[in-house]
Amino acid sequence: MNDLLQFLSFSDPNVRFVTIGTMILGATAAMVGSFSFLRKKALVGDAIAHSILPGVCLAFMLSGSKDPLVLIVGAFITGWLSLIIIDGISRTTKLKNDAAIGIVLSVFFGFGILLLTSIQQSGNAAQSGLDKFLFGKAASLTQYDILVFSSIGIVLILVLLLFYKEFKLISFNPDYAKVIGLPVKFLEFILATITVLAVAVGIQAVGVVLMAALLITPASGARFWTHRLGTMIFIAMVFGAISGFFGSFISYVAPSMPTGPWVVMCLSFLTIGSIWFAPKRGMLAKYRVQHQNQQKILKENVLKLFYHIGEKENDFHAERSIEQLLKTRDLRPTELKKGLHLLKSENTVRNKDDKWLITAKGLNEAIRIIRLHRLWEMYLNQRLKLEPDHVHNDAEAIEHIITPEIERQLEKELNYPTKDPHQSIIPYIKE
Amino acid sequence: MDAFWIILSSSLIAVTCSLLGCYLVLRKMAMIGDAISHAVLPGIVIAYLISGSREALPMLIGAAIIGVFTTVLIELFYKKAKLQIDASIGITFTWLFAIGIILISLFAGQVDLDQDCVLYGEIAYVPLDLWITDAGVNMGPRTVWISASLLILILSFIIIGYKGLFLTTFNEEFAKALGIAVGFWHYSLMSAVSLTTVISFESVGAILVVAFLIVPASAAYLITHKLKEMLILSAIFSVLSSIGGYYLAAYINGSIAGAIASVAGILFLFCWLISMYRKRNNTSRLILNSTS
Repeated sequence: MNDLLQFLSFSDPNVRFVTIGTMILGATAAMVGSFSFLRKKALVGDAIAHSILPGVCLAFMLSGSKDPLVLIVGAFITGWLSLIIIDGISRTTKLKNDAAIGIVLSVFFGFGILLLTSIQQSGNAAQSGLDKFLFGKAASLTQYDILVFSSIGIVLILVLLLFYKEFKLISFNPDYAKVIGLPVKFLEFILATITVLAVAVGIQAVGVVLMAALLITPASGARFWTHRLGTMIFIAMVFGAISGFFGSFISYVAPSMPTGPWVVMCLSFLTIGSIWFAPKRGMLAKYRVQHQNQQKILKENVLKLFYHIGEKENDFHAERSIEQLLKTRDLRPTELKKGLHLLKSENTVRNKDDKWLITAKGLNEAIRIIRLHRLWEMYLNQRLKLEPDHVHNDAEAIEHIITPEIERQLEKELNYPTKDPHQSIIPYIKE
Repeated sequence: MDAFWIILSSSLIAVTCSLLGCYLVLRKMAMIGDAISHAVLPGIVIAYLISGSREALPMLIGAAIIGVFTTVLIELFYKKAKLQIDASIGITFTWLFAIGIILISLFAGQVDLDQDCVLYGEIAYVPLDLWITDAGVNMGPRTVWISASLLILILSFIIIGYKGLFLTTFNEEFAKALGIAVGFWHYSLMSAVSLTTVISFESVGAILVVAFLIVPASAAYLITHKLKEMLILSAIFSVLSSIGGYYLAAYINGSIAGAIASVAGILFLFCWLISMYRKRNNTSRLILNSTS
């Protein structure tokens, strides 16, 4: 607890730089990554991140300096080159995009490692720290680094705001953008450029391998909360910033812990949490809807059993045993019992020990479903000219879905029929 | 002699990876291979922690489990949560890799692995780790024996399962109609990839594994359209990269793994140029034919 307070007080200037730096990096990468995600180019970010290493090494070899600005220029050049090569491979050969990405990232990175180790062996004292690009150096960010990062971050945000509408259009409907005369190629160029820049900057916090996570993971999680692009980018940026904060906190409390992996850890938890628990689009919400639908179908099928037996024996209000109900339809006994108890809690059936009977409310419900079933059979038979023995299965599925509006349309379309194709009476609810 | 052992062990690993890589490239699963090769890291660390050594068996079990776990997780995100495939892959492998790095830092004293080794391996140390039998006979480097057995295992998998792999790779629907267990071949291939990755990991590192999996196979794919030729060509390319890479690294005094990946890239570039040249010739012939 004390650690947290001390951390939050920002009294240590070093903590201040590291925390602010990683938060800025997390947020800008998430912002740019939202577009990579939507344009289904999530793994391209990974390739850019790997391809930056040889650029950084070459920049160092040529200039002899480790100034972040110089290194970013080198990173930028090879990052861009990797994009051009990926595009070239997938355009001119039969190789798919993912193979192109894999080739570029492993070869560029291998070349980068070759240069890096060669620099290290050369005994140049200034090189120490260059390998921080591999795993990030969030814990040792300086004031100057922060200055560079935040200026680049601001530039990226400004570019994004300036072209927001255009980027949105080329992300969702590039063909339409072309038709209305937008310079799509130019816009893609700008978008790729800011992606390379964001990667070149972000890589200094989390390193090569984990950079892809900084781009894609927040956007993927944010996507589960909203349908609006603006909101999505905002949520992704918040995820990125929170994770940056959390990662620096962990490194502060336990200095042996690497910042980058903890940032990614936190991002992954936020995103996997969103995938499961987000309202509407989350997996749990989807399962709940699915479960409710299954229960509804089960209940309606059980009610229909009472109707069918009643219709055959011309007595809808008699008591029925479980065996009698099971004979009418191929249903597992446990399923039937579950359905009966669900119905009982809604007062649509009653029981005396093992004997069950349908209530007036239940009968009305059963009539409604049977009616929909037979109307649909009639419709398939009359309008689609299907044989009467081919219509049952289809009606069995659709009866649970038809709304009162469609019911009225069907009645009108079929001129208020009284019998279905099997000559059974189409019942209606007596008021 | 050191040069011979290094080139031999790297070639053995290279051939194994590139053979499997052919199937990954053809199945459009190149990036899943990349993902698995990163995602096995926590499996390796956990196997280390449990067994306390580099014993082969716990490693293999850990590898197979984590490899299948990675694919299942990717498919869960992709099919159940309806997240697009590239994002599902990206989230999964970065997350597992981060867990691996954190575990290494947590148990730094107990695990004989460091972050650099994970990325670019220690192939230069292969000749130092000798297998000496109880009778005191020097059998040569341990890695050579391990990677040779792996190659035999993978080769027999490909030869025995040739038909199943062939059909599920090129025409999944047809294979299904023939009653071939598509899922079985899918997960067997994934287990084989993760097994290979784990065994190759400590000698060549994650990056070279990815390079071996994807680059020679893609290069071969560009200049042939027969599966058998592609398998053989990719094996040849990977051996050539190993030899070339070793001498390049010696020449500029850098990482062997990095140099091998660079040479593989150069070979790919050649094949790319050949395929472009052929394509241009074909098109000009087509134009000539249509005008004459």
